[in-house]
Amino acid sequence: MISFSFCRSFQVALLTVGSALAFSSCSDKPDAAQTLPYYGERDVRPRADGGPADTIFAAIPTFTLTNQEGQTITNQTFAGKVYIADFFFASCPSICPKMQSEMLRVYEQYKDNPQVVFLSHTIDPAHDSIPVLRDYAERLGIKDASRWHFATAPHDTIFRLAPRYFAAAQKDSTVAGGYAHSGAFALVDSDRHIRGVYDGMVKEKVDQLIKDLPVLLREEAAKQKKAQ
Amino acid sequence: MKPRIQPILVLRALAVLAGGASVVGCFSNRQNEGAKLYASHCSNCHGAAGEGLQRLIPPLAGADYLVKNRSGLACLVRKGMQGPLIVNGVDYNQVMPAADTHLTDSQITNILNFVQTSWGNKGEIFTIREVSEQLRGCGASDGQ
Ligand code: HEC
Repeated sequence: MISFSFCRSFQVALLTVGSALAFSSCSDKPDAAQTLPYYGERDVRPRADGGPADTIFAAIPTFTLTNQEGQTITNQTFAGKVYIADFFFASCPSICPKMQSEMLRVYEQYKDNPQVVFLSHTIDPAHDSIPVLRDYAERLGIKDASRWHFATAPHDTIFRLAPRYFAAAQKDSTVAGGYAHSGAFALVDSDRHIRGVYDGMVKEKVDQLIKDLPVLLREEAAKQKKAQ
Repeated sequence: MKPRIQPILVLRALAVLAGGASVVGCFSNRQNEGAKLYASHCSNCHGAAGEGLQRLIPPLAGADYLVKNRSGLACLVRKGMQGPLIVNGVDYNQVMPAADTHLTDSQITNILNFVQTSWGNKGEIFTIREVSEQLRGCGASDGQ
């Protein structure tokens, strides 16, 4: 059973993500020069020519998912865009409705900006078939799947991806066959790096995400200008 | 205006803190218990202001369902519900699970009365007797 462990383990998961969250909440003041931090492990590689070492930031691995319209979505779907990812399931009895209503709040602010895309992964692919996901999206008021993907994939794919988004979806040994995961929202840049992790259950954290988005979009705009 | 701590407010705050034990606190404490239980058992889904969530979760604020189905509310809270239903002319079709920890008859009474009197709702108050009777009707009263 997925449902109950979900709620209980949430707090534990929060503690884990906690340190990362503290990071972003310090940078409260809007500041033109501000940049968002990089999350996850980094690798410093000395350069063969003896120049300054390159820092390689953790990145989301390649993935193939299917969205509520049955379309295949991959990393390429998000090329040149930033996206916000979370993990949920349609029949979730505890934190998901609150999470998705917070996500909806972010969506409402950016729905006219095609540079910002939303990606909700189901952690219950056995129940959340494509018609179930489509019905869920429609009931949430999302008509355009290319703006907010409700995605499914084989169980193992999802559970391998979740920790890469700091969403800590895993088996929960306290409940037979149960799963645990947090209500984290991850902000991903166009190079697949995580630039923010926010507790989707806490309005103030989600407000921070709404404030961080323009900072990242400015950085993306500068990057594209440089590439031209 | 300079923020100043007003003795009356402090007293009131203390009274609220002291809460349950005193006789005077009895009614407001029940209100309080209803509000607390609502926050821990219902608000993640139905929203802090009973607003619901789009067409996924029906509202409790201003819901015609509460008036039309008064006699079924206690069992609904204890056992949850699923299948299509219409609230204020909008159709819903999800699952509301039974509460994840056991709620006593009196706790259900307090939650329902909180719902009946919040966010502009002016529903008729439930007595614990009425709630226990409803629950007996679906074989789920615990007599507490
Ligand atoms: C996991 C989410 C969830 C939780 C928690 C939850 N509900 Fe519900 N509730 C629903 C859904 C979904 C429906 C509609 C069910 C359907 O489609 O058949 C519903 C329906 C209702 C209805 C009837 C329709 C309406 O809006 O008037 C009432 C009354 C109600 N819930 C009260 C409560 C109360 C009181 C609590 C707390 C004890 C609670 N619910 C907890 C999801 C939830």
